Amino acid sequence: MKVWKTSLMIYGLAVLGAAVASNNGAPEDSARDSGSWDDQLVAVSPPPFSEGVFPCSDCHSPDDEVDRTPHVVDFHDTVHFEHDAENRWCLDCHDAQNRDMLHLADGRLLPFEESYKLCGQCHAQQLKQWKAGDHGRRTGSWSGRKQYLLCASCHDPHSPSFKPIEPLPAPIRQENIR
Amino acid sequence: MSQPKDPDWNQVSRRDAIKTLFTLAAAYTASGCSRDADKLTSFFHSHFKELSPDQLKSNLETWERRYKKRYETDIKVSSTPAKEGVLFGYALDVSRCIGCRRCVYACVKENNQSRDPQIHWITVLQMEKDKGIDLVDSTAYYDPEKVPEEGKFYFPVQCQQCENPPCVKTCPVNATWKEPDGIVVIDYDWCIGCRCCVTACPYGARHFNWTRPGLPREDINPDTEFLGNRPRPKGVVEKCTFCIQRSRKGRYPACVEICPVGARKFGNLLDPESEIRYILKNHRIFILKEELNTQPKFFYYFSI
Ligand code: SF4
Ligand code: SF4
Repeated sequence: MKVWKTSLMIYGLAVLGAAVASNNGAPEDSARDSGSWDDQLVAVSPPPFSEGVFPCSDCHSPDDEVDRTPHVVDFHDTVHFEHDAENRWCLDCHDAQNRDMLHLADGRLLPFEESYKLCGQCHAQQLKQWKAGDHGRRTGSWSGRKQYLLCASCHDPHSPSFKPIEPLPAPIRQENIR
Repeated sequence: MSQPKDPDWNQVSRRDAIKTLFTLAAAYTASGCSRDADKLTSFFHSHFKELSPDQLKSNLETWERRYKKRYETDIKVSSTPAKEGVLFGYALDVSRCIGCRRCVYACVKENNQSRDPQIHWITVLQMEKDKGIDLVDSTAYYDPEKVPEEGKFYFPVQCQQCENPPCVKTCPVNATWKEPDGIVVIDYDWCIGCRCCVTACPYGARHFNWTRPGLPREDINPDTEFLGNRPRPKGVVEKCTFCIQRSRKGRYPACVEICPVGARKFGNLLDPESEIRYILKNHRIFILKEELNTQPKFFYYFSI
């Protein structure tokens, strides 16, 4: 158990170290693509923030003291963290210094609109399939401009597996149709 | 057989008789009784494929007038031709479908299906994971509080737009045919309601209007296609057309756009760069009832 905690801390610190190293980066340092991987494809769906939660900097100022030890954060009690929770925590994805941004494993800052790049660091196969139009849902035109949802539009990034939903009504049985 | 003796009879040829009928019809039209006149015109028009552009145009206008009367709302009836170099294909990821039936009702809404009596072009079958794909043991009437259920998987079925469609072969009057972009269409004006196609289709994809469809005015989708989602009369057969009114204008079918798990994929089979081709190349796909040689353009696969 102790070993676990220590290694968890080291992992967290390593990721954070990288983040801190680059957090003075101007926007052009961020991981924003210059050219799009498919000009016809627009990942338009805005990040699905809960009401009133963004910008995070409304509450978190860059000068805040940050406890960089992975720990349970009580304040965000609507967040049920079930995304490899044993090994990961908030600051692996959220940037400690610039709360309105995410960061990649190498520390580069990333706007929430491009969060799919962050997801793709672990889920490379899904990212590849998503870009090809295999994984996920597209709307718009099969032959031209289309819209794509962010990973986080369907998968709660804090608890990504799909939860069961209510089905729409069963069809009326043939014998009951008049 | 002896000829009739009456000299007058000999003078009225068949051609003359038909001419007279047409003249009468035209006079009737001119008389301003436009509702019945429209009925008469559509009774006399030629087969869809033989209509001149002018005839087609007036036919569409006739229908718009009739719908306006019947539903007291404006309904646009278009006839969009198939695009060259396009053959539509559809793929469904069975391993992702959760059986939520969002597609079923999106289709009803988009395609003006009868609400009462109920007609659904998409049937979602529930099957047992233990048994695999087994149509006999499947049910469309599952009704739990939440889906997906443990141990079950879901298998949506709709018209497979067969390349070799038995429904088309069986139609005695050519009221249904395969278009150049692969969509199997029905001309509701030509359909005589014999239901041969309903029995010939191995996928249960065709549905008959036993009564005039119950389609409340406020539920009508007014953007319609002549060979697609325009409101149907009583006594004709209908089925999925890959949302011809959307797909021919470059849009995804309604079921593709609604599916909350992204299980439904659609595109041009002739375009090697299309999503649908990517899926055919990268997954182990299968078709339903392959042994019947219907050659569906609706493909199933399990991605996970
Ligand atoms: S699935 Fe049925 S209705 Fe559709 S084309 Fe094939 S035989 Fe015809
Ligand atoms: S909407 Fe998608 S997940 Fe729901 S039943 Fe239809 S195909 Fe399955």
